[in-house]
Amino acid sequence: MTAGVALVLVSHSADVAAGTAEIAGQMAPDVLLLPAGGIPEGIGTSVDRVMAAVEEGLQTCPGGVVVMTDLGSAVLTTDLVLEMVDDAERVKVPRAPFVEGAVAAAVAAQQGGDLAAVEAAALEAGVSFAPEGAAAPEASDEVDAAGQDGQVTALVTLRNPLGLHARTAAQVARAVADAGVPVRIEGVDGASVLALMALGTTGGQEITVSATGPDAQSAVDTVVALVEGGFGEV
Amino acid sequence: MALDVAWAQTWVRRTAEVIAENRDELIELDRQIGDGDHGENMKRGFTAVVAKLDGLEAPPEQVGDVLKLVATTLMSTVGGAAGPLYGTAYLRAAKVAGLAELDGPAVVAVLEAALEGIVARGKATTGEKTMVDAWTPAVNAAQEASGNGSSPAAVLDVAAAAAEAGATATIPMLATKGRASYLGERSIGHQDPGATSTALILRAAADTAAA
Repeated sequence: MTAGVALVLVSHSADVAAGTAEIAGQMAPDVLLLPAGGIPEGIGTSVDRVMAAVEEGLQTCPGGVVVMTDLGSAVLTTDLVLEMVDDAERVKVPRAPFVEGAVAAAVAAQQGGDLAAVEAAALEAGVSFAPEGAAAPEASDEVDAAGQDGQVTALVTLRNPLGLHARTAAQVARAVADAGVPVRIEGVDGASVLALMALGTTGGQEITVSATGPDAQSAVDTVVALVEGGFGEV
Repeated sequence: MALDVAWAQTWVRRTAEVIAENRDELIELDRQIGDGDHGENMKRGFTAVVAKLDGLEAPPEQVGDVLKLVATTLMSTVGGAAGPLYGTAYLRAAKVAGLAELDGPAVVAVLEAALEGIVARGKATTGEKTMVDAWTPAVNAAQEASGNGSSPAAVLDVAAAAAEAGATATIPMLATKGRASYLGERSIGHQDPGATSTALILRAAADTAAA
């Protein structure tokens, strides 16, 4: 069988892409791993090869495609391809170390993870390389002014030991996205898996959850319920 | 000559010649601070562009048709970062060049669109030792010349001169984008290959326009 999410491996080298697929395949035998490395003349990245792999992944795997990239032009080539495919919203391109990210993503896909979970797994592989205390990525928006009309704020304590790590951050981000209301958690975008993971929260920590607007209360309640439920890890 | 469809094809063919003539220099520049493939990649790309032009069954009608052909060909044949970057530049430029002939403001619009495409694709800004450091002064110079009522050929000439100066100005810069950024301080003292190929492309445009 083929798991729900496919991986496309874009490297400058056909050998690196194929070799990485081989490594990841040992741990994820049912995941569709599509190497898209090199150019016909040797080292480089090929729009045609990446396009073919992404399209095959999208056609074969209903869950979507996670693309791993190695150096700069692999990212540029992938961005270009995503502008040309019809279904780009089902494609994610995490900025993560190539081999480690591919293995982590493949394992998540093998376990039945959805697109957000597979992407988050790759990102977490990158976070493990960041130096201790590295600056968290900046939130995309300013924090809403306190006391604003219609703002709902709640304080909730993380009960699971690891706090908002890849899997739990993905759950929260998905719930926020489903709620359709912008929710901020500790001042960062609650719909961003990466921003939530970068908070570096741990069990026992109290976090602020806030939202503004008509459905703010139910959105905040949803997040609070998830956190209080311990994400099934307690 | 008038900046019409015939000029656009002449420009592209001249670019291919100039890139081939400077292949070794581009490779050497790229070998010092990158992966050494820029000259070969660009030569392969523009050789493919000329082959496409030669194989056209119907002649292109607008300047933009030629630029679009360049864009799609570079995207699928260059193989390095220059493929998506120049590909996007020519594609954006093609969108504002749906004309039989370019006047001064149209030349400016083409250059602006190209720069916007490169910035959108590469997320680079000035001072990072990339082709943006050649394109930005070229656009600024073209805007000024066109504003003063210069002829289209004169607009291209000042743009090319500004791109050449911009390429030279990358020598003391510390690379913070692209492959050269891996070298850190060691990138200082070398001219950026992408800025250099930009200057070659714009000089080819100016020379063919002046002919």
